[in-house]
Amino acid sequence: MPADSTSTLIRGGRVIDPANNVDAVQDLYIANGKVVALGQAPEGFTPDTIIDASKHIVCPGLIDICARLREPGQEQKATIASESLAAASSGITTLCCPPDTNPVIDTPAVTEFIRLRAEAAGHARIVTLGALTQSLAGEHLSEMAALRQAGCVGVSNALQPIINPLVQRRALEYAATFDLSVFLYPNDHWLANNGCAHEGKVATRLGLRGIPEAAETVAVARDLALIEQTGVRAHFCRLTTGRAARMVARAQFDGVPVTADVAMPYLYLSEMDISDFDTSCHLIPPLRTVEDRQQLRDALQQGTLTAVCSDHQPHEADAKLGPFPATEPGISGLDSLLSLGLRLVDEHALELPDLVQRLTAGPAGILGLPYGNLAVGMTADVCIFNPSDSWQLDSNTMRSHGKNTPFAGWEMKGRVSHTLLAGKQVYTPG
Amino acid sequence: MSRQSLQIDAKGRLRHFLCISGLNHQLITEILDTAESFAGVTEQTVKKVPLLRGKTIVNLFFEASTRTRTTFELAAKRLSADVLNINITQSSTVKGETLLDTLRNLEAMHVDMFVVRHADSGAAHFIAANVAPHVSVINAGDGWHSHPTQAMLDMFTIRRVKGPDFGALRVVIVGDIMHSRVARSQIHALNLLNTGDVRIVAPKTLLPAHTASLGAQIHHDLATGIKDADVIIMLRLQRERMQGAMLPSEHEYFELFGLTEEKLAIAKPDVTVMHPGPINRGVEMDSEVADGPRSVILEQVTHGIAVRMAIMSMAMSRREKEAS
Repeated sequence: MPADSTSTLIRGGRVIDPANNVDAVQDLYIANGKVVALGQAPEGFTPDTIIDASKHIVCPGLIDICARLREPGQEQKATIASESLAAASSGITTLCCPPDTNPVIDTPAVTEFIRLRAEAAGHARIVTLGALTQSLAGEHLSEMAALRQAGCVGVSNALQPIINPLVQRRALEYAATFDLSVFLYPNDHWLANNGCAHEGKVATRLGLRGIPEAAETVAVARDLALIEQTGVRAHFCRLTTGRAARMVARAQFDGVPVTADVAMPYLYLSEMDISDFDTSCHLIPPLRTVEDRQQLRDALQQGTLTAVCSDHQPHEADAKLGPFPATEPGISGLDSLLSLGLRLVDEHALELPDLVQRLTAGPAGILGLPYGNLAVGMTADVCIFNPSDSWQLDSNTMRSHGKNTPFAGWEMKGRVSHTLLAGKQVYTPG
Repeated sequence: MSRQSLQIDAKGRLRHFLCISGLNHQLITEILDTAESFAGVTEQTVKKVPLLRGKTIVNLFFEASTRTRTTFELAAKRLSADVLNINITQSSTVKGETLLDTLRNLEAMHVDMFVVRHADSGAAHFIAANVAPHVSVINAGDGWHSHPTQAMLDMFTIRRVKGPDFGALRVVIVGDIMHSRVARSQIHALNLLNTGDVRIVAPKTLLPAHTASLGAQIHHDLATGIKDADVIIMLRLQRERMQGAMLPSEHEYFELFGLTEEKLAIAKPDVTVMHPGPINRGVEMDSEVADGPRSVILEQVTHGIAVRMAIMSMAMSRREKEAS
């Protein structure tokens, strides 16, 4: 994205930049799309724009490690333009798109298409994960070197299984050859057995086909063994069970190069929320127990999980209109990502700087991106928000094209006032 | 929306009939009492009452059924309603939009009640949540979730044979609980009627997670499970369960969990044997037991008509009262 040639002074805000251990009321100086100074104005600096950030938090633009934009392939649900605008209005400057688009991101052409569409829209930066296997079919390796060349920041088979462990091993080895990070969705295909809900009391009562905890832990165990074997840098996407989080913590303690994230809905909802066949809570992987939810919060606080993402999956209304098992899984999460995060701070689950870290520097580290950092010389992606402004989430006024959220009517905390992408204001309300 | 508000209106009357778990003791008893009054009608030579004259009831079956659909049809006709049977195979509609479209089209024909069977758990709830306010929905079986009219006819049968004191009864359900909407509804109903001892007998592969949370004691051995039982309900074992890794063979299943005259001696001498049908003879029970003196399997079918008449007329009478 071309850097903005103007200069901006963000004045009087509380700057929280966990990558540099900064948390203080300071002025932030931006020119030519970069951070040029913090605190003291550089010599001869005359801002074109001054943003009064008093009583506001100034932090790096948020990085959402998993957001489905539905383009190419499912434009009836959403587009890159609609979702990147929703991201900008929620303080998110970088979105990472998994490869399960249609066509799949298994050729440089699809990566290039997404990049061009994102640039044309100009609201947010979009990075992509390439497919780990061709068509995500789990049989043949994709051309990972070409995908990397085309800009993919990692490789993943998204939610599609690689059933044969030998293919999995080869895929990890090949990715390691090019120093590509592998993003794994731990879900054993056979144990998951086409289920649609956590195998627990609620699924038993509702007669829903269950996905046992072991579908996740067995996959994590297999993957951890292969990660150690191959030495690949790996990331577990969307852990949903406390047990899997503890397995990852143990592996990290043992020095295995592995990271993991959690999606925001799993920190608030549980299997209990599907009690009335509420299709807005139909998620894959499924919402687990109340205990799992607490253990995920703990793992996020302790740093086993270094990112929290929206796992944004916008849908058209019809996709959620049907008997529970027949509906499409997923929540439209961009609009509520920051606010639900701030609620975690209110609930004392996380300190504010830690939350900012899990939404900025944490995911930047996982993706290997030079963002989520406000040091001098870094790209000026900035999110400015009023932490005490509260509002109610109304699905009709959501910016995302997908209105599918179980959080409608919830009291939301914090409102974004400005979003800067490489120094350029891409969002300001009103 | 809570399931309570979906199937019961603000005055506590039946609006839809979707599952047992949202009901209460009083309502269940009312259904059984009403069914008792209709049982007389079905035994007369002129078997009709004019309660639902001029009403249109659609049997909307997305899954094959003979017994349930037929008894619903008979029940509706004996209430003098017009009945339309629509069978929609799996292949022609699986998507939610199509289901909703089907529904809207039928609604446009001024239908008063849908009797729905669908392979997806929650289908009846979904339809009830989306129909026009004047339409009632009766669940004739949704996925593994609920088959509440079957459970009610089973309770009716038990009450007729054993009397109204469920507290004195030990009722044992044997077989494939995991895939059984019948078992789930029966367990809820038995508990609402304060049954003294509700038991389940099955191998672990046929039990869902946390089965006990449904409200039953679990046994894996038939002999200990049915000891001194007053009622034994055998569930149908779907043949396709043999193809997965659920069970090794029909032979071993019958050896361990099949009901024979010999094993029946462990239960009380006056034990009643039930089965929702259709029976796999030689798999879950011997023909000798199925056709024997303690079996009430055919009575269950007959009672199905009266019970369904009761439920349909109760769901409809709410509307009559609202209209007047």
